[in-house]
Amino acid sequence: MSKIIASAAIRGAHKIVERAEKKYQEALEKWGPEQEVGFPDTAYYLPVIYAILGIPVKKMSDMKPVLDRCRALLPLPVREKSALPYLAPALDAGMATFFAEEVIEAIRYLEDPNFYTKQEDILPDNLWLGAANDVIFRKRGVEFVDGTAPGFAAIVGAAPTPEIAKKIATELQEKNLYVFMCAEHEGKRFSEQLVEAGVQIGWPTRLVSYGPDITAAVFAMGFACRVAMAFGGIKPGDFRKNLNYNKDRTFAFVMPMGFVTDEWYANAAGAINWGFPTIADTPIPEVLPTGICTYEHVVSNIPHDQLVQKAVEVRGLKVNVASVPIPLSYGPAFEGERVRGEDIHLECGGGRTHAVELVVSKRMDEVEDGKIEVIGPDVDQIQPPGQLPIAIRVEVTGRKMQEDFEPILERQIHHLINYAQGIMHIGQRDIAWIRVSKSAVAKGFKLADLGKILHAKLHQDFGAIFDKAQVMIYTEPKAVEEVLAQARAIYGKRDARIEGMTDETTDTYYSCTLCQSFAPSHVCVVSPERTGLCGAYNWMDCKAAFEINPTGPNQPIPKGDILDPKLGQWKGTNDFVMTASRQKISQVSLYSMMVDPMTTCGCCECIAAVLPMCNGVMTVNRDFMGMTPCGMKFTTLAGSAGGGAVTPGFLGHSKYNIAQRKWLSGDGGLLRLVWLPKMLKDELKDRLQKRCEEIGIPNFIDMIADETIGTTEDEILPFLEEKKHPALTMASILE
Amino acid sequence: MSDLEKKSIDPATIKMIQKAAVDGCETIFDRAEAMKPCPIGAEGSCCKHCAMGPCRVPAPKKKEGVPQKKRMGLCGATAETIAARNFARMVAAGTAAHSDHARGIAEAFLATAKGEVPEFKIKDEQKLYQVAMDLDVEIGERSIREIAIDVGKKALEEFGRQHGEIPFVKRAPAKRQEIWRKLGIVPRGIDREVVELMHRTHMGVDQDYKSLLLSAARCALADGWGGSMISTDLQDIIFGNPVPVLGQINLGVLKKDEINVVVHGHEPLLPEVLVAVVNDPEIKKAALATGAKGINLVGMCCSANEILMRHGIPVAGNFLQQELAIVTGAVDAMVVDVQCEMQSLAQVAKCYHTKLITTSAKAKMEGAMHIEFDEHHAGAVAKKILMEAIGNYKNRKANVEIPDDKTDQVVGFSYETINYLLGGMFRASYRPLNDNIINGRIRGIAGVVGCNNARVTHDDPNLTLIKELIKNDVIVLVTGCAAMTCGKAGLLTPEAAKLYAGEGLASVCEAVGIPPVLHMGACVDNSRILMAATAVVKAGGLGDDISDLPAAGAALEWMSEKAVAIGHYFVASGVYTIFGTTWPTTGSEEVTKHLFEEFENIVKGRWGFEADPLKAAKLIIDEIDRKRKALGIDKARERVLFDMAKRREIDAA
Repeated sequence: MSKIIASAAIRGAHKIVERAEKKYQEALEKWGPEQEVGFPDTAYYLPVIYAILGIPVKKMSDMKPVLDRCRALLPLPVREKSALPYLAPALDAGMATFFAEEVIEAIRYLEDPNFYTKQEDILPDNLWLGAANDVIFRKRGVEFVDGTAPGFAAIVGAAPTPEIAKKIATELQEKNLYVFMCAEHEGKRFSEQLVEAGVQIGWPTRLVSYGPDITAAVFAMGFACRVAMAFGGIKPGDFRKNLNYNKDRTFAFVMPMGFVTDEWYANAAGAINWGFPTIADTPIPEVLPTGICTYEHVVSNIPHDQLVQKAVEVRGLKVNVASVPIPLSYGPAFEGERVRGEDIHLECGGGRTHAVELVVSKRMDEVEDGKIEVIGPDVDQIQPPGQLPIAIRVEVTGRKMQEDFEPILERQIHHLINYAQGIMHIGQRDIAWIRVSKSAVAKGFKLADLGKILHAKLHQDFGAIFDKAQVMIYTEPKAVEEVLAQARAIYGKRDARIEGMTDETTDTYYSCTLCQSFAPSHVCVVSPERTGLCGAYNWMDCKAAFEINPTGPNQPIPKGDILDPKLGQWKGTNDFVMTASRQKISQVSLYSMMVDPMTTCGCCECIAAVLPMCNGVMTVNRDFMGMTPCGMKFTTLAGSAGGGAVTPGFLGHSKYNIAQRKWLSGDGGLLRLVWLPKMLKDELKDRLQKRCEEIGIPNFIDMIADETIGTTEDEILPFLEEKKHPALTMASILE
Repeated sequence: MSDLEKKSIDPATIKMIQKAAVDGCETIFDRAEAMKPCPIGAEGSCCKHCAMGPCRVPAPKKKEGVPQKKRMGLCGATAETIAARNFARMVAAGTAAHSDHARGIAEAFLATAKGEVPEFKIKDEQKLYQVAMDLDVEIGERSIREIAIDVGKKALEEFGRQHGEIPFVKRAPAKRQEIWRKLGIVPRGIDREVVELMHRTHMGVDQDYKSLLLSAARCALADGWGGSMISTDLQDIIFGNPVPVLGQINLGVLKKDEINVVVHGHEPLLPEVLVAVVNDPEIKKAALATGAKGINLVGMCCSANEILMRHGIPVAGNFLQQELAIVTGAVDAMVVDVQCEMQSLAQVAKCYHTKLITTSAKAKMEGAMHIEFDEHHAGAVAKKILMEAIGNYKNRKANVEIPDDKTDQVVGFSYETINYLLGGMFRASYRPLNDNIINGRIRGIAGVVGCNNARVTHDDPNLTLIKELIKNDVIVLVTGCAAMTCGKAGLLTPEAAKLYAGEGLASVCEAVGIPPVLHMGACVDNSRILMAATAVVKAGGLGDDISDLPAAGAALEWMSEKAVAIGHYFVASGVYTIFGTTWPTTGSEEVTKHLFEEFENIVKGRWGFEADPLKAAKLIIDEIDRKRKALGIDKARERVLFDMAKRREIDAA
């Protein structure tokens, strides 16, 4: 901290804390001490305060001790001559700033409930998203955990022009970073500049317009604090662990653009507590010695065209940027971007035309690597908005290629195409749906670019399992029909083979420790009948991933001697988990939530919980925001079961897993299921129905309660009794 | 260089030496010219341990071709035994001084815990808990009072402990403890080690110089990790752990129109009470009634360091300035307790109007008034002393002259405070220090401590050394009179970093807002340096023992036996330690070689001697570079960029 920075940060902290105190007094008088306060739909209260101080601010009067802490933390101004040491006081002042900002923002939610959109997207008349609710947080947090987003840039202020803003934002997106934006500089705001430059902003494109004021910076810090609590298993109030966790794992930095005010300095100083450095475009003093951040603390006066590169370097972040030879920006940040009605140049699939995707393996001499053929009309031969049928067939070959890997490669097509800016991709197989935007075509996009993307990216990510790939793209109706017929025959064969695979038919399971970057003691054991709890990795995926990267996070686990067939414990899996969890977990059941249940990183799609009164279990998916019969919403459940902790009675699992044969088989299996959200019931309907028939109770789905029946055990029990739910007569689940 | 400039580099000191001459008052500076040190005693070659002696076995002048005769005393004690015995006795005396100070503190602490001293209370509960844990005192749900009483009792027991290990050795890095245990030099009890060393050095007992020097190490450790550490910790608990504070130093802090009371000595008990009582309305009123504008309480020597670190009380000066404070003619009372009070004070006081007041039952002085301090009547004693000063104000003579020299200083760097300063309330750690040592912004750490010595130019060797070190990016930790030298020269301000420090060190100082030289307290607080060094080891990345650190120690102006004890416990803790001015074992080449070279193989620390401060700086820097090389941090490191796979390798927080 330089003296100038520390002095300014301490002044800024005083101003913000005073503002918070004033706001609090006004609000207290208006609404009284019992008034509920907080950010919307979160189990983490005011997350910075909760994470650092361990204080759950629920009502107005809870803010008082927080503001008292702020006062106690606020240091005296820095003396001009013979100053006392100022780094530590400035860091403390920065922390007080964030506490105060959460108070200010929480009161704003009270005063002006619609100030923020409270959803993923901006509205026509409102750019400001505010704090992420837990559904958004979890969905986006998972990307931090699995590595698709290495961190975030907190941009404060505005760029000199909208064009520069767009360029910087695109560059950050290309590095897969989230961009959290707040505050204004000379009447301009970075978010507004992006909109002006025609950039789609909102959570889906990772360009998050948190709020118009500097106080909205605290939403970014709250996000980081929640990542540590949700995925790192760090307890509220354990500030040291939370801050160090973020320093080591969340690669975030602050990028003030424009004149740095005292309040900005206060926020930047606060962020250093998390190990997030500041990279400025103005000539503010620099703080180069290291220690609290991994590398420099403040680096300044960086030209705009070098800003992103410098920021990434200062934060110590290595981003493997995808280089794809197409005229469009490319990366996961563009995955959520939409192509809407008026911007459509070409549309394929989506019920309007056929669209099919297929990956098949061929003999070595049948594939010419890099060959891309487009057969049929291209984008320049149609009038927008136009429609074409499409078939994409990728043909691969290689000594390590196996037929089983075909569907894995095929499943990549969705996101690989979707990563291109201006191209939207939905679905897979024969229900694919592609939209090409006018802006993409204006930049020179041709259908052959889809082939280039697939060729380049499949080689980058899966080069270890195949040697050559060629891509055929058909838009000729007749040719599309032919591919479609071929594809459907292959899909049928594949499905039958996967269905036939059981845990007993293989001696090798696979581990997944991908999430250990954020949940260091968590280990997933993936078997054919127990898909990874995130829903993203099944046994076959793990097998392929191991082929690709033999030292990576997916390792084969020889099952070894079976220790308990009912619970699903093997010597091999236990030994592996012991080592991979860094000696935190000694045994794990694959089939039970009651005895040695598997841990969850927090990425799980669903969480099952025991309902003792009903003698059964419920499960709830991440997207369901309502209350559940166990008395907790998903997010609260995830809070107690996440972060790599062993929590008997709770289990994180994937949606797909519910209809797999081994789901909770050690505890009685599917027959125990007494409640699940309607949306999930509908989503799984076909597969569930099949499974119900398999267990001999074809109408079992109708016996499962959902939120329309009730959201407490008392409410659903009569329903279960009326339907004669089998769980009621099974052995006690608690024994 | 004029004669005066040979005496001191401090302008206030020079002015007062001149004034003393004008006033016809003799000072130590005059006597240092008149009397040379005894050459045989200086090299440790005089044995007066029995009445058959004193035996003198001075090192003969080497003549080529003439074989050296084995030198010995009447009893046959060799020059080696004699030098080692003399050295060991200095260690014992120094350890005794610190530890007896500590015993007094422990007694006052226990009385405070029991509520018997209304002026004192448990100020730092956090530190109490820490010390309780280190002393194996149960915390549980017990009250502060109960815990404090047990801590006081346990601390007192350490002095008379007969077996086992003194508990604070467990604070040292594990590897260091292992070295001590292997050598069998973990102190059993504080007093026992002193007594045993006195026994061993008695006529006809331990007559193997290696054995003597190793047992001296055991005794010294009982000082550094025992007496001194107990003293520092208990003082911190009842008087507060120092935090950064602004103070001023040099004779210019005396005020012409106020009643000047100088507290001089080492124990902070009475000074702490004086600080409180000086604001007593009754005392204030009495002071004003004399026509003075108030009472100006200032410190001298380590008493000064204690109340400077905790309250920012001004400091009049260091050891060689004690007489000169009186020479200003403005000191109405000088209050002394124990250690480093020159008997000449009584003589100098007679030249002026100053009342010299002794306060310790252990330390009386001919010609001084004695008002005995007892913590049970602390307030009353303090008031009585102040009333003496107030009553004496009217006796001031015409020859009052206060030099206008005084300098700002930012002090108060306890090892706990450094921990806070490097990361704030939420990220406090030594990590940033280690990081910047590893990345080379800071080359290493040096502790420069110790006294003044009238045989060399006052303040010059230490200051020259320290300036050279910080210029070479070595951060310097100081205590005692050496710290005051830095204060007077302006090195204890954040501004000094830009003026004197190398670019790397200066950038770290600017970042944290600290001076390049950190004042860690009185000479008894060298234990803080041990703890800071341990904290650096524990923060990781710089080896697993104090001896692995790129660090060294020095006391170029040493004079007291305490300095030898301190030096020996640093060496025994793995630190290369250089003394200046004179070396007390030169009478035996073997003993000197053993301490300077062979000790490195035994305790991984060694002694050195170098009177020239620039050469001493080079020795320290070479040592630091040697350690850096051993740690593999002697070359620039590449920036490591983290991808997800790398993040997965990080262990759980």
